[in-house]
Amino acid sequence: MNEHDCPCTPADRSESETTDRRGLLKWSTILLGGLATAATGVPIIGFLLGPLRKQKDKWIRAGALKEFAEGEIRLVDLENPLAKATDGDTGRIAVYVRRVAGTQFQVFAVNCTHLGCPVHWFPQAGMFLCPCHGGAFYEDGSRASGPPPRALYEYEHRIENSELMVKLGHLPTLQQPA
Amino acid sequence: MNTLRKIVDWFESRLQLRDSLWPVMRHPIPAEVSTRKGWWYVFGSMTMTFFVLQVVTGICLALDYEPTAEGAYASLEYLNYEAPVGWLLRAMHYYSASAMVVMLVVHMTQVFLMGAFKYPRELTWMAGVGLMVLTLGLAFTGQVLRFDGDAYWGAGVAVSALGRVPAAGPSLVHLVLGGEYIGGHTLSRFFALHVFVLPALLVAVLSLHLYLVVKRGISEPPDPNRPVVPERYDEEYSRLLECGVPFFPHAFYRDGVACAIGVLIVVGLAVVFGPKGPMAPADPTLIQAEPRPDWYFLPLFALAALAPPSMETLLLLGLPALGIGVLLAVPLIAGKGQRSATRRPFAVVCVTVSFVCLSVLGWYGKTSPWSPQMDAWSGEPIPRRIVARLSPLELQGAVVFQHKCCRNCHALDGRGGKRGPDLTSVGTRLNYDAMVRQVVQGGGNMPTYGQKLNRAEIDALVAFLVALRPEGVPPANLPAAASSANSEIAQPGIPQSP
Repeated sequence: MNEHDCPCTPADRSESETTDRRGLLKWSTILLGGLATAATGVPIIGFLLGPLRKQKDKWIRAGALKEFAEGEIRLVDLENPLAKATDGDTGRIAVYVRRVAGTQFQVFAVNCTHLGCPVHWFPQAGMFLCPCHGGAFYEDGSRASGPPPRALYEYEHRIENSELMVKLGHLPTLQQPA
Repeated sequence: MNTLRKIVDWFESRLQLRDSLWPVMRHPIPAEVSTRKGWWYVFGSMTMTFFVLQVVTGICLALDYEPTAEGAYASLEYLNYEAPVGWLLRAMHYYSASAMVVMLVVHMTQVFLMGAFKYPRELTWMAGVGLMVLTLGLAFTGQVLRFDGDAYWGAGVAVSALGRVPAAGPSLVHLVLGGEYIGGHTLSRFFALHVFVLPALLVAVLSLHLYLVVKRGISEPPDPNRPVVPERYDEEYSRLLECGVPFFPHAFYRDGVACAIGVLIVVGLAVVFGPKGPMAPADPTLIQAEPRPDWYFLPLFALAALAPPSMETLLLLGLPALGIGVLLAVPLIAGKGQRSATRRPFAVVCVTVSFVCLSVLGWYGKTSPWSPQMDAWSGEPIPRRIVARLSPLELQGAVVFQHKCCRNCHALDGRGGKRGPDLTSVGTRLNYDAMVRQVVQGGGNMPTYGQKLNRAEIDALVAFLVALRPEGVPPANLPAAASSANSEIAQPGIPQSP
């Protein structure tokens, strides 16, 4: 500390007394300030990093088996099982259900594996086409052409009491497929 | 009058603006700036004026806008149709945002070409690059607040790109979305970014930028005979300022005129074209969407389609980062020497190449020729002049052509998708064998249709394609594509011979 900072130190205080007190105040400021910063900073950063805590996908009923014709692909609108009351329309989710034959199903995410745009199903051509960058997928979800790096994302599914159950929730991306 | 004087004096004795603000307003600038060359110096002020307009119109919009997934769309419609002049405020906010980006780019280009980023104004330029990043951040977050289908899927595209970042991708996706999916939490954090965080950061960086502009002075117009030598520059500049003129009013009024014209143009555009959107609601089950970003991001959108797959992640994520890095490094690399554009051919080439690339990519992004035209199969009939001269088999082929959505990627007479080649005269380019091979096996960017068509359909389709040639022109003789694999095709439904 520069001693010229305080040219008018009262005469009745000895040099050592003011220096000691300055030292105490300095360290108190650093210590208490650090504590206060941590006391506010830790919860703030914890809150900001909150979304990193992953929620698990949940099982949801996609429909009765009889609703899906064999050999056909149907777009099914569902409620996202992770949705909150405040999500409005965005709490919904659409999936493509393909009944290959009998109890053999495929459930695809609508999101293109390139950059997530919604692919359109063309039953006439037997092809999923993406409107953003022209990705194309065959009816079994495999990549047909364009920029997508992989096949369509497939959701885990099972059949329970003649009903098709699907496990979903999160937005599928390349490193977190469905 | 005396009372007024007293009031003014009362405030002045406390604020002491005569000692603080007034000298800043009157700080000397190079005399040349007060000549006609001064018009080159108005672009920064214009950008800032549009920012102020953004703040004011933004606050107005925030009075009615509901940043919730449930209410956002309805509140935008309320603004458009019910709130008095709400539509105009929304339109002004949109066009002023566009104008801010345009003037920012113009300002940067001018500063770059006039070498104004060189010593001692390197940090001013770097702060400017920060302002550019923040402005684009505001543009993107603002686009998401227009919570419609484009905003919803646009946010999806952005996080899908982010999700490709090695290792950190999934965490970044979660942090941006605020959860597992695009929902209410996503909108509210984009709102917080757009309304609190980014504007506050922008004001902070802008303050630094302006402080530096005033502190280190406005650059004099470049003179090819006076390159910047850091050791001498400060002295030369202060000598220049000895014959300088005060900023107010000599540069101030020129700024004022340009800003006023800019604002009038923005209001004019807003009145004529009205607000943008909202289009279809942000509903994940409404998948008939064809999302496109606002114009600022069209070049990036195009890059995503045109980049080779092997380099795509690198280009999508690396190129913007590299661009920002290069811009930040510019004054460190070329911080001294020649300022005049007439003596800096490389600088001129850089600007030209950048603008050509961005314009071409932007144009591609706008027209997206790589995207199938989703309704062409049902919406664009086969041209009458072609149908008129077809045999029954060829007519059947034309039906297959439409029904199998070939038209979504292939145009006839220029109408239809542009993803694949226009097939109006394909009969002159490919022979029968080559066409069968292309249809069945695909290739290039075309999917294989071998499993999707039966033999009769392929017969008819290829007969139709062979007939697609000008009258009197014989069918192609030689296959244009290699057909060595023809005999080895083991797909069902392939005719063995023409």
